[in-house]
Amino acid sequence: MSAVEMDELKEVAPRPNRNRASFLGRSPQDTPAGWYNYVLLSIAVFISAWPLYWMGIVSTLDESAITQFGIPKVVPGDRFMFNYDLIMGNTTAVGYPSYDSVNFMRSMINSFIVVTIVAAGQLFFCSLAGFAFAKLKFVGRDPLFVFIVLTLTIPAQLGIVGAYLIWEAIGGIGTLFAVTVPALVSAFGVFYMRQFIEDSIPDEIIESARVDGASTFRVYWNIVVPVIRPALGVLGLIVIIGAWNEYIWALVAVNNSPAQTIGPALHNLRAGNTPKYSIILTGSFIATLPLVILLVATGKQIVQGIMEGAVKT
Amino acid sequence: MSAKSVTAKAAATTDAGDDAKAVQSTLWARFDHVVVPYILVSPFFLLFFVFGIFPIVYSGLIAFKTFRNENPAHRDGSSINVITRDRWIGFENFDNVLHDDFFWQALLNTFGIFLLSTIPQLFLALLLASLLNRKLRATLFYRVGILLPYVTPIVASSIVFVTFFSRDYGQANWLLSLFGVESTYGADQRIIDGLDWQSSWWTSWLAISIMVNWKWTAYNALLYLSAMQSIPKDVYEAAALDGASPWRQLWSITVPMIRPMVIFTVVLSTIGGLQLFAEPVQFDTNPATGNGGNQHQWRTVSQLIWKYGWIDDRFGHSGAMSWVLFIIVVMFAALNAFLTSKLGGGKR
Repeated sequence: MSAVEMDELKEVAPRPNRNRASFLGRSPQDTPAGWYNYVLLSIAVFISAWPLYWMGIVSTLDESAITQFGIPKVVPGDRFMFNYDLIMGNTTAVGYPSYDSVNFMRSMINSFIVVTIVAAGQLFFCSLAGFAFAKLKFVGRDPLFVFIVLTLTIPAQLGIVGAYLIWEAIGGIGTLFAVTVPALVSAFGVFYMRQFIEDSIPDEIIESARVDGASTFRVYWNIVVPVIRPALGVLGLIVIIGAWNEYIWALVAVNNSPAQTIGPALHNLRAGNTPKYSIILTGSFIATLPLVILLVATGKQIVQGIMEGAVKT
Repeated sequence: MSAKSVTAKAAATTDAGDDAKAVQSTLWARFDHVVVPYILVSPFFLLFFVFGIFPIVYSGLIAFKTFRNENPAHRDGSSINVITRDRWIGFENFDNVLHDDFFWQALLNTFGIFLLSTIPQLFLALLLASLLNRKLRATLFYRVGILLPYVTPIVASSIVFVTFFSRDYGQANWLLSLFGVESTYGADQRIIDGLDWQSSWWTSWLAISIMVNWKWTAYNALLYLSAMQSIPKDVYEAAALDGASPWRQLWSITVPMIRPMVIFTVVLSTIGGLQLFAEPVQFDTNPATGNGGNQHQWRTVSQLIWKYGWIDDRFGHSGAMSWVLFIIVVMFAALNAFLTSKLGGGKR
C-alpha cells in the first residue's frame, strides 16, 4: 500500500482507537517488534540455553554442586579435568565407580564415524533419487514417490524388533554396520531433495544439456549438484543432528560393544543405583558440545532446513 | 563447472538440434533415457526396502511366532507340549498383548504424557512463532537460540531434567519452594519443598512432558513461522480496516491460514508422542531396568516393547505390541487430523 493510498484511507476512515501497527494494515512480519517481543523471546532463549549452561557448569564442579538445595551455581569451578579423566577411564577416584567399561572416548569417535558416513551417503543417494523423481520420466515414478511420502508417517520404532532379529541373523549386531547402513537413505532426504531440485532447476537447462549430448548422470553431476549445493549443506546438517542423537536403535544394536555410539554410552554412565550426576552431566556436556558448536557455526542453514523441510527426523 | 557456464554452453548449442537427434537415436541414448532413471533411484530403494520396509514386515511375521522366552503356557493355564521356539502360533501374541495389564497401563501413560506434552507444546509454539513473526533486530539470534534444545542429544537433555526433578536437590523444587509449595512423602509423611516428582503418576507425567516440551516447542515454532511468512500480506489489510487487534489477527487470520501446517504438526506430534522412549527410560534412577517407576506409573508402550524384547527376550510379544501400537497411532493420527481440521473450519 503506497503512502498516497494511505493518506486517502485516513481521510475516508476515521482512525480507529487501536494500536498503530494494526491500523496501518501491515502484515505481522512487517510490523516492528515491540519491547515485549524482545523480552519474551529472550526468556525463551534463556529457558532453551539454561539446561545446557548448567550442564557445562556442573562439568567443572564436584558432586556437591548437585547435592545442594537452593540457588543453582552459575560460576564454573576447576574440576573439569578431574571429571573428564574419570569419564574417559584415565583415572579412578575414591567414592566414584569405574567408568572404564563405558568406553566414552571410543563411543565419541564411533559417533563421529557414523555421522560422517551417514551424512555422505544420504547426500549422494537422496540427491540422486530426488533428481530422478524431480526431472526424469520413468514408468511408475509418481506411485513410487507417493509411497515414499506415505512412509514418512510410519513410526520408526515399528520395525525395530524385526530389524534387530535380521541384523542378529546376519551377525551385524555390535558392529558399526548396524548403525550406519540403515541410515544411509531416508524418505525425508529424497522428499527434500526432490522439492529443491524441482524448484531450482528449470527443465530447459536439462533439456538443452541433453540435446548437447550430456548423459543423465552427467546432467546430475555437472548441472544439478552445483546448483543444489546449499540444499545439500542444509540436508547434511539435519542428518548429522539426527544421526548424532540416535538412541533407541543404537541402544539395542551396539550397546556395550566396540561399536557403541554416544547415545548408549550416556545411558551406561547412569547404570547402577548410585549414579554420580556430576560425572553423568560432564559426559552429557561433552556429547552435546559438538552439536552446539555446529549450531552456532551453521545456525542459519539449520533454521532454513527446518523451515523448508518441515519434517521431524 | 558452474551452473551458469553450463547454461550458457547448452543454450548456445540448442540450435544444433538435428545433430542431437542423431545422437538420441543411438542405443546408448535409449538406455540413458529408459534404464538410467531406475539406476539412479535403485540405491535408495534397495537400502530403503531392505533396512526400512522389510524389518516392519518382519516384525509383523514375528508377532505370529513364539520366540525364545515366550511363555509356553496359554493364558487359560493349559500348557503347550511342544518346542516353543520359533513356532507359528497364530494370533496368540496379539491375544496376550490385549490381555496384558501392563500394556493397557503403558498405553494410558503414553496417552497421558502425550496430551500433557502436545497441547501446551503446540500452543506455545504458536505464540513463539507469532513473537518471531515481527520485524526483529538480531532475528537469527533468537531463532538459533531457541533451537539449542533441538540439537541436544535426547539422552543428555533427559539427564539434565532428571537432576532438575530430583526430590531433594532439584531446581524444580527450589523454584516451587520460592512460591511456598510443599508436599509430604513416605510412610512418616516427611515434609519436603516442592514435589516428589517420581512418586505419583501425575507428577511424573508432568515432569516427562516438560522434558518433551522443552525439546520440541522451538522446532514446531519454526514450522509455524515458515507457514506464517507465506501468508499473503494483503489479507491483513482488510482485518486492519476492521480494527482487529494483533491478538485478534493471530486467532482470526494467522491460525486459520496456517491450518495445513497445524494439522501437519499435530500428525507429527502424534507419531512422535506415542512412541516416546528416551525421556521415560532416563527418568528411572537406573534406566537399565525399564521399570518406568516403582509402580510403572510412567512406563510408555515403547519402553514396554523394549523391555519385553531386550530384557525379557520375548520378541514375539514385542513385535505384536509394536503392531498394536502402530494401528492405534494411525487411527489416532487420523482422528487428530480430522478434529484439527474441523476446529480450524469452525473458526472461519
